[in-house]
Amino acid sequence: MLAMTYRGPFRVRVEEKDEPRIEHPNDVILRVTRSAICGSDLHLYHGMVPDTRVGQTFGHEFTGVVEEVGPSVQNLRRGDNVLVPFNISCGTCFFCQREMFGNCHETNPYATAVGAIFGYSHMAGGYDGGQAQYVRVPFADVGPLKIPPGVSEEDAVMCTDAYPTGYQAAEMAEISTGDTVCIFGAGPVGLFAAKSAWLMGAGRVIVIDHVQYRLDFARTWANAETYNFRELDDVVLHLKRITDGLGPDACIDAVGAEAAGSAMQSLTGRMLMVQAGSATALAWAINSVRKAGVVSIVGVYGPTFNAVPIGNALNKGLTLRMNQASVKRHLPRLIEHIQAGRIKPSDIITHRVPITDIPEAYHMFSSKLDNCIKTIVMPHPQ
Amino acid sequence: MTTTKMATNIPGWGADARPADRPAFPRLSEPRPAVGVHWKQPDQQRVTTEIFHSIERPGVTAVFGTACPPRGISGMIRRRAYKYSESRMRHWLMLLAADRVDVVEGLLGDLGRGRIPNLFKEMGLAAEYKRKTLRLVGGSMLLGAGALMVGWMVRRRA
Repeated sequence: MLAMTYRGPFRVRVEEKDEPRIEHPNDVILRVTRSAICGSDLHLYHGMVPDTRVGQTFGHEFTGVVEEVGPSVQNLRRGDNVLVPFNISCGTCFFCQREMFGNCHETNPYATAVGAIFGYSHMAGGYDGGQAQYVRVPFADVGPLKIPPGVSEEDAVMCTDAYPTGYQAAEMAEISTGDTVCIFGAGPVGLFAAKSAWLMGAGRVIVIDHVQYRLDFARTWANAETYNFRELDDVVLHLKRITDGLGPDACIDAVGAEAAGSAMQSLTGRMLMVQAGSATALAWAINSVRKAGVVSIVGVYGPTFNAVPIGNALNKGLTLRMNQASVKRHLPRLIEHIQAGRIKPSDIITHRVPITDIPEAYHMFSSKLDNCIKTIVMPHPQ
Repeated sequence: MTTTKMATNIPGWGADARPADRPAFPRLSEPRPAVGVHWKQPDQQRVTTEIFHSIERPGVTAVFGTACPPRGISGMIRRRAYKYSESRMRHWLMLLAADRVDVVEGLLGDLGRGRIPNLFKEMGLAAEYKRKTLRLVGGSMLLGAGALMVGWMVRRRA
């Protein structure tokens, strides 16, 4: 089969690879129909995630058709068209029993702090991902969901990560009706967080970024008030000034380890890698949110440490909430929103490429070329 | 904007305003097996290749990925790294170092199989060519100028 493989920082290739096989009784093999490139794939692509091995196939956002079924699978059959949450979850461990499917303790032997994620280095379980023609899906009776009526294949692929992550970001921000919510990052997760903040009754939604075409999209698609931080002398001061001197009620970090905006953070976090990524957005979130406000973190950081103003968080009495999205928990409600016409997640897709063009697609996404917001990979000729 | 205006102008405004309508409310649900589960304990996947596990857990998990088993010098470094807990900086730094060694091993492996990696293709630079020709030309000119400058300095010193 054809699959994307990692060759080193900023280098990926598409090559022939053995097809995956059933390795556990509850596995299925999927014929991938859509696969997306996620912003967090760029952390792998840039060589920032420890134990990213040459030859691994990335891709944790995908849909597909069941091709082969393991002997203990009861809920899926050959030919079922499913969407697959990016978390791999056993359904029975301490955390899965509490619906914290992003924190499963029985699917990733390599790190106890990290749940298992498809195609996301060995730090997240050592699984090959879905940027390939076929993929192995463990615990098929737990994760995958048959794509419901009224949900297109492209809406479904957005439900595997970006949309639930944005929704959970807004949910963790504990929004009350009329609240002012500031979202750092106008990428797919930030856009979905903005949409979700409105669903939760926000009174004002502000989005901060430096990529103008994404801000323009956030303004038109997500009805957000947008600011380009390159045009501001001091982001935190600006946010205080436009919120009666107090700051937003809640701030969301939807950027993570590759934030721009601070020379010191970029030098130490992205270039020298002496901290686990550049924590600029998180620092801005902590410093700008009002006292006793909430900072919700869904931007991804590495496992070591980051320079963040934790003293300010203490002195301001902040609530910090964060996690990988528990996709399975959110899906029923998110699908209701799609079916009711409140949101059309596939609106953010800007590019569709055949699998053979994956290297260009990564470069385009990484360099923000061609007004790229979300790229979908078509693993099989249409 | 007033609430009435928002409700009119923004699709779905307030649909999940009540915390009880949000799927993760309450934050921690009562423990119960997930929907779809029909086992008390999951079956154990057979170990058929070298799998490391964090020393913060007793052994491998019920399932695990089998992509890219450790190899060569990078594999030796990884093997060593997994002797330290996740809270030790050296664990992660050794893994990052192994990743860089792995890249060199990947290049050598390609050459050993008689394959010269197409770096232009692998780095996706065709996207620059197709979409931002000026940037690519500018970058190439800058690189060329740099190379000429270095050449000139070397000749001058000689």
